[in-house]
Formats: sequence, structure tokens, C-alpha cells
Amino acid sequence: MSAHSKRLDVDQVHVFRGDRHVLQGVSLKLEAGEIVHVRGPNGTGKTTLLRVASGLLRPEQGSVRWGGRAIGEVRAEYQAALAYASHEPALKSDLTGLENLRFTVGLKRSVADAELREALEQAGVAGCADLPVRVLSAGQRRRVTMARILAMRAALWLLDEPFTNLDTVGGQLLTQMLDEHLRQGGSALVVAHQAVTLKASVRPLDLAA
Amino acid sequence: MSIGTGAALSLLLRRELCLSFRRPDQLLQPLVFFLIVTTLFPLALSPELTLLREMSPGVLWVAALLASLLSMDGLFRGDAEDGTLEQLALSGQSLGVVVVAKTFAHWLVSGAALVLVSPLVATALAIPVEAFPIMMLSLALGTLTLSWLGAIGAGLTVGLRRGSVLLSLIVLPLAMPLLIFGANATDRAIGGESAAGALYFLAALCVFTSSLAPLAATAALRITLE
Amino acid sequence: MWTWFYRLASPPYVYRIAAAFAPWLLGVAGALIVYGLIDGLAFAPRDYQQGDAFRIIYVHVPASSLSVMAYTLMAVAAAIGLIWRIKVAYAVAAAVAPIGASFTLLTLVTGSLWGKPMWGTYWAWDPRLTSELILLFLYFGVMSLRAAFEDPNRGDRAAALLAIVGVVNVPIIHFSVVWWNSLHQGATILKLGKPQIDASMALPLYAMLLGFLLFFGGVLCLRLRGEVLNRERQASWVREAVKS
Repeated sequence: MSAHSKRLDVDQVHVFRGDRHVLQGVSLKLEAGEIVHVRGPNGTGKTTLLRVASGLLRPEQGSVRWGGRAIGEVRAEYQAALAYASHEPALKSDLTGLENLRFTVGLKRSVADAELREALEQAGVAGCADLPVRVLSAGQRRRVTMARILAMRAALWLLDEPFTNLDTVGGQLLTQMLDEHLRQGGSALVVAHQAVTLKASVRPLDLAA
Repeated sequence: MSIGTGAALSLLLRRELCLSFRRPDQLLQPLVFFLIVTTLFPLALSPELTLLREMSPGVLWVAALLASLLSMDGLFRGDAEDGTLEQLALSGQSLGVVVVAKTFAHWLVSGAALVLVSPLVATALAIPVEAFPIMMLSLALGTLTLSWLGAIGAGLTVGLRRGSVLLSLIVLPLAMPLLIFGANATDRAIGGESAAGALYFLAALCVFTSSLAPLAATAALRITLE
Repeated sequence: MWTWFYRLASPPYVYRIAAAFAPWLLGVAGALIVYGLIDGLAFAPRDYQQGDAFRIIYVHVPASSLSVMAYTLMAVAAAIGLIWRIKVAYAVAAAVAPIGASFTLLTLVTGSLWGKPMWGTYWAWDPRLTSELILLFLYFGVMSLRAAFEDPNRGDRAAALLAIVGVVNVPIIHFSVVWWNSLHQGATILKLGKPQIDASMALPLYAMLLGFLLFFGGVLCLRLRGEVLNRERQASWVREAVKS
């Protein structure tokens, strides 16, 4: 279940990494129910764009707005409304799948263990709930992060290469998740080097070299 | 249905303690280091008890300082390396709450543990039992202050390779006041005199650092995250 | 009023005015220092208690004042950089650090040279020398931290934060060192006390102080130009400036 998304405005964002001009005036608009697929060769700043959109990285120039307000002003509200998935699974290997979810989703909203187990079930890794992440395969870890995204009930999904390590079934599950999320009024910004085909229409954003 | 700061602090504290206790070997390392460093001094100088007692406040405190600093590097590094630090930064809770919870939890398993082990070390250094309460109180205040200073250093160096040496380099000069007051308090306690003056300064330093250091450590972490 | 503040934030402007200021600052500094050294080392009367050894205060005291002033300036520039995100401020902080560290080193060396005839030893844990030593460690910390980052922007910001944390601690450190030293007073007075300042001794001292200050300013201008050029090397104005 996803929340209804507000409008995300990324406006003329410039980011420098040392001497490199990584993002050169990138803009995008994302309304509820829409999905943008960020494409481009390696090193064109796809991950950087996602980090700017999430608020982790402050651009040298340009702005990011959520519902018309700058994200710096509505930080808590914005963070509560977004789910960010980085390229690495971002799981503590010493904790179980369930504990990982509890300590991340639990910070955004109070949630019972039963609900978290259900999310893991939906992602197809119910059996991994009580296993330490250390013993899980790469594909299983990716599915645990999918469960985390589901459990967060976020309006905006920022996903960096979410199809990594997923088998065909896992990939289908992810596309189903995305479709359902968009149908409920959520929005998504997805970085992926392969094609993203959903029932909903996917708008591409190409970052040139 | 978002959770309040108190609940967030408690959840984060539980997370940190959970993670720490899953690695009991890493919990013990600073304590063992504390014991080993203390052993170095009698070996290097003299096992004679009166001499040991004279230098015991200094030896105890330097050993405690170094042992605490050893584990400070891990405060943010683990989370930074597996990407979970970003998740914490985007959790909707302020980064300051995360820093406070992590630092306090870290103190509980390192600094507070050192305080509990200190009677053992004190006995080895011929410190009389009457001095133990003041010694432990001063160590508690001192290690807490050091944890806050270490958090600033850890926040600044978490992204760097070989960050731990730089962390010590940055934190040790800042830790010299607490070393002075803490060792003096212990020294006076051993001599049977009142340690009130030194303890008051130490407590004031602890309060001052505890109120300002979280801000600095959070700012440091933001710089690293960007 | 704020226009000059914002003009100061412009790298090419700072680059130009630093070039204009430097020769004047260094010139006057040179004159003052030469006067101070000659008058202090040769002509000022011998101190009643300390004989000729005290003459080193003409270098030691100004150097120590400047070492602390420089750190404060570095911290202020760091704060300006962090609060208002002005890049030139980071360049100033970076330029000041080695100069301040050098003054600190000079303080320690002259203190040590003073100590030999006073206490018979090149080093004693006198409160001022100990505080200066810790200050030197703080300088090293800031410089090492900046250098450790691959991304110079992050290095600047991290070093800036450390400088501010350091400046808050400097009074605390100084107080605790003085306190510590007072506890362990031996038979000999270890403090490098200033002898009673008579007018004939005071004038060269103030001249040296002002001379060092201006010298600091002049060297800062020169280093600042280098820092600004390095940081702005991608900008077009740099290519123009270097060509001319």
C-alpha cells in the first residue's frame, strides 16, 4: 500500500565532484502516478541525481521541491514520504531480515512485526525473516530490500539499479510492485541500465556523457 | 503515524546494542587492550609497588584514553560501508538523534565497560580500594566526554582510508583537559585528599561537551555524507 | 555596507587586492621588525633578573600572540565558509594554517632557547610552552584532515569544522594546562614570565608585535593568491590572469 505522492520538481541542478561537472543543469518533473527511468552510460551521474533528489547531496546550483516546497524546509515530511534504495542492499549482515526491517521501517512509522513479516512474504523471502543477512544470497538480500520498500508505504520511490541480482521471477515481482505503487498514486524515479517495461507508461530521462 | 523522538532514540539504542552484542569479540577488544597497555608500564618501568602507585593515575588514564579511542573509529564506519548510514540519514528522524543514540550506545559498551573493569586494573597498579569510587566516577565522566569528542572525530574521518590514526591525532589534543582533570582527581583520591575541585571541572567539561559535541558531530557527518 | 562583503567573496577580486596589499604589508613589516630587532637585541637595557637571555622575548612573545591570533582567524574564516558557503573563506583558512603553525613552531623554538639559560634545560613543561605545543597539534590536525580528503571541497569543509571545534577548545586547554602546571610547582619557577616592562623595553616589543602582524598579513596575501588560483583553476578568469 503506497501513499499518494506530491509533485517532485528537480530544477536545473548542477553538481561538481572535484573538477568534474557531474550533473549539468538536470531538470525533471514527477507527478503522482508517474515513473521516470533515468538512463545513461556509466559515470553520467545517475546515482548522483538520485542522491540529490533524496536530499543526501546538496547541489551547487539548482533546487529540489516537494509539493512546491524546497526539500530543505520540509525535511522530516519529505523523508517520511520517500523510500530510497541504493545500489548496495544496505542491510546489516549481523541482523536478521526482520530486524533489519524493524530498525529502518520502524524509524519512519510504528509498525508491528506481523506487518513486516507480511512484507517479506510478499517479496517472496518469508523464510529469510529470521536468518542473519550474512547467510542470504545476493538475490535474497535484494528481495529483503524490496520488502523494506513495501513496508515503508512511501509515496516516492527512489530506486538505484533495483533489478540487480534479481532472477526472472524477482524481476517480474518488482515490475508488479512498481505498477501497483503507481496505480495507488505513488511516484518513482528509477535508475536502471536495462529497459523498464511496465503496464504504466515509463518516461525516460537520458543523462548524456 | 510517525514516531516521536523518544521512541526513535530508544529504537536506535536497541539497534546499536543489538549490533554490538552480536559481535562479542569486538566488545571485548577495547577492554583487553586496556589491560594490556596497563601491563606495559610495570614491565617497562618497575614492579615496585610504591612507584606504581605514584604513576598509577597517569597510567590508568592514558590506557583508558587509548583503549576508548581504539574503538571510536567504528562508530560510523560500519554503517557507512554497507550503506545503512544513508538509510539512517533518510529515516525521517533528525541526524542529531541518530548521532546521540549511536554515541551513547558506544559509550555504554566501551567507556562504561572500562569503568567496570577499572578496579581490576587499579588493583594491578596498587591503587588503594578507598580511591575506587572517585576513580570510577572520574573515569565515567572522562570516557563519556571522550566518546563525544571521538564522535566528532569519527564523523570527520569516516570516509577516509586509514582514518583511525587521523582520528586519534584529531581527538587526543582535545582530550588533554579531561586527562589532566581526571588523572588529578584519581591522584588526589589515592592520596586521601579531596578531589572535589578536579571532579567539578571534569563534570563541567562533560556537560559542556555533551551539549555541544552532538551538534558538531552531526555537522561532521553531514559533510561526510554529501 | 554588504556590497564590500560580497565583493570580498569574489575570487578574482580577492586575487587582485591581495596582490596590491602584499608589498605594502611586507615592506612596513620589514621596517618594523628590523627596528624592533635592533633596538631590542642591541640597545634595550639588560633585564635586572634575566640578563641578556630575556631579549628573546622580542621574538617569542609576538610569535606566541600571533600563533593564537592566526588560529582564531582561521576559525573565523572557517565559520564564514560553513555558514555562508563562501569559497574564498575556505581559501583563507587553508592559507592561514601553515603560517600559524610556523609561528607556533617559532614560539616553541624561541621558548626553548630562552629556557636553556633560565632552567638549564631546552624543554620544561611550562604552561605557555605546553599550550603552544598542543596548539601545534591542533594545527597539524586541521592541515592533515584537509589533506586526507580526495575531494578538496569536502576536505575544506571538514577542516573548517575541526578548526571551529579547536578554537572553542583553545581556552579550555589553556586553562587546564595552567591549572595543571600550578599544581606541580617545583622549587624553581618554571613560567617564562615577562620581566617588568619599562618604556625602553616596551617600544621594541610593540614594534615587533605590529611588525609580525603585518608580516603575517603580507604572507597571507601571497599564500591566499596561490590558494585562490588553485581552487578556481577551472574558471576562465584564471586563464586570463595567468596569461597576463
